[in-house]
Amino acid sequence: MSVAERVAEIVAEHTDREGPLLPVLHDVQGEFGCISPEAEAAIAKALNLTRAEVHGVVSFYHDFSAEADPRPCVELCRAEACQASGVEALVAAAQTAAGERVRLKTVYCLGLCSAGPAARIGDTVHARLDEDRLTNLIESA
Amino acid sequence: MTVVRISDDALALACGADEVARAFEAAGCEVERVSSWGMHWLEPLVEIDGQGWGLIEPGDVTSVLDSSSEKAIGKIEDHPFIAGQHRLTFARAGKTRPLSLEDYAASGGWAGLKRARSMTPEAVVEDVIASGLRGRGGAGFPAGIKWRTVLQAAGARKYIVCNADEGDSGTFADRMLMEGDPFALIEGMAIAAHAVGAQRGYIYVRSEYPHAIAKLNSALALCADRIAPFAIEVRVGAGAYVCGEETSLLNSLEGKRGEVRAKPPLPAIEGLFGCPTVVNNVLTLAAIPHILTVGGASLYSSLGIERSKGTMPIQIAGNIKHGGLYETAFGITLGELVNEIGGGTFTGRPVKAVQVGGPLGAYIHPDQFDLPFDYEAYAAADGLIGHGGVVVFDDSADMGAMARFAMEFCAAESCGKCTPCRIGSTRGVELIDRIRDGGRRADAVEALPQMHNASKQGRSRDDDVALLEDLCETMRDASLCALGGFTPYPVLSALRHWPEDFE
Repeated sequence: MSVAERVAEIVAEHTDREGPLLPVLHDVQGEFGCISPEAEAAIAKALNLTRAEVHGVVSFYHDFSAEADPRPCVELCRAEACQASGVEALVAAAQTAAGERVRLKTVYCLGLCSAGPAARIGDTVHARLDEDRLTNLIESA
Repeated sequence: MTVVRISDDALALACGADEVARAFEAAGCEVERVSSWGMHWLEPLVEIDGQGWGLIEPGDVTSVLDSSSEKAIGKIEDHPFIAGQHRLTFARAGKTRPLSLEDYAASGGWAGLKRARSMTPEAVVEDVIASGLRGRGGAGFPAGIKWRTVLQAAGARKYIVCNADEGDSGTFADRMLMEGDPFALIEGMAIAAHAVGAQRGYIYVRSEYPHAIAKLNSALALCADRIAPFAIEVRVGAGAYVCGEETSLLNSLEGKRGEVRAKPPLPAIEGLFGCPTVVNNVLTLAAIPHILTVGGASLYSSLGIERSKGTMPIQIAGNIKHGGLYETAFGITLGELVNEIGGGTFTGRPVKAVQVGGPLGAYIHPDQFDLPFDYEAYAAADGLIGHGGVVVFDDSADMGAMARFAMEFCAAESCGKCTPCRIGSTRGVELIDRIRDGGRRADAVEALPQMHNASKQGRSRDDDVALLEDLCETMRDASLCALGGFTPYPVLSALRHWPEDFE
């Protein structure tokens, strides 16, 4: 099945929703790991939008990306509460542990602010991180 | 069989609650997964017959079961952190299974909706106005007045939108409520729908909260017939902080870029898809079921001080010994929250600063610890209580760096629609860098003889400080929404109280 055909299927699942673009984009991003120009065009056609409109939305939100990154992703919170709990002192070690193999992404707040520093891998969350725990998480990601 | 109660809140899971639960099951116990009590420094917290054990690891199972464990904290309800609270919105925290309709009904659930539906919409709105409830998202606008505007607005379709885009660092009450007591939020929305005549509701949850999203979807599937003909759908955000601003959230729900809309028109008149829309925070809507019970509104309005009525779920976070959720009537001082309830910093060092109200809130100096928790008192002190987040920093914090971070965060998250926020935040980062660098020399162009009006001396540090204050004033007065408008609060408060950190 081509990208365009699969995207059309995804759009069809959401057509009964009001304002379906974000749910569609989440599904496309989830399935392909990115929203490619080809997918953008297919979404625009299926929802009767211009490609510019779809691209504008894709490029606005941090969760959507134009190119897939197959590496495992560790999201590290570096917002104020985690900074107060000492996350900045862990960043250098985390980057070394991640190297090129793991994508270390900065996020602002995972809602675990009373037990920081915190990180998220997929749908699993981790709190009260110190250097050892964080580097272990990254190395086993 | 021994019944062991362990939370399945995301924070408990992040601290290893699943492993502990499996260990108790392996030991032959019946494990009930309940909501979190909010004593986060003790998670994973284990409860057996009302007695608690904190910071439990799988290896502690035997010693907990034969009561020899030194991690016992006694009766949970009598713990000073819990006993000192006045919980209305979080009345069920720690006590019920989040997705149990049975537990919800047994703890007074649906009573507010039942009573509301026996009343006229006008009477429901009057109850909410009488309670004095103000929007808990940060702006503090009276909820009942907003509802009355939507009730009186003409429109074939009306919407209830729940703002669950809790992006502020240091806040987690929305997350805890959605994960721990999802039916309360749903009931609050159903009451709002009855009060204003709405047919559809949306809960806009940030994508960083996968557990809350799953809980809400399960809860909605369980109680759809209970709230019918009203219907609610969960929508997932996409990582944009600015979508917590209500008009930007509405654009995002419509499938557009999360850009802020100019007000007026107010969302209450022209909101989602141009229809009259109630946009309320999770905590506002979750406070409603209690208010609509018999006597609920008068009890609510009897709590608090001045114009801040009722209770506020305060979130104590950052470098704090006893972090967690503390719901209490308005009026508690910051000093009590940080030193007495929170127990000071977990590093044991002196408190240097406390940021109240998220990334856009002011940094409060310990000299101001007598500030009462009250919308107007904080506004008068050039701060805000926002969503009730309290983030504590010890004396190792570099407040110049925190001020820079506030500008950097604004630059990263600005929706780009208005200039003061989009450009001002980037200029702010540069200015703070220059101030910390000792000012700025004249550049090659300024030094040219034909540049008559340019200073040949460059700018001193003091000149740059004045420029930063000027920039902050422009951002505060001319930004379209609170992101650009409130970023000056952390910057200027840091500059005022800790000028030495800018040298």
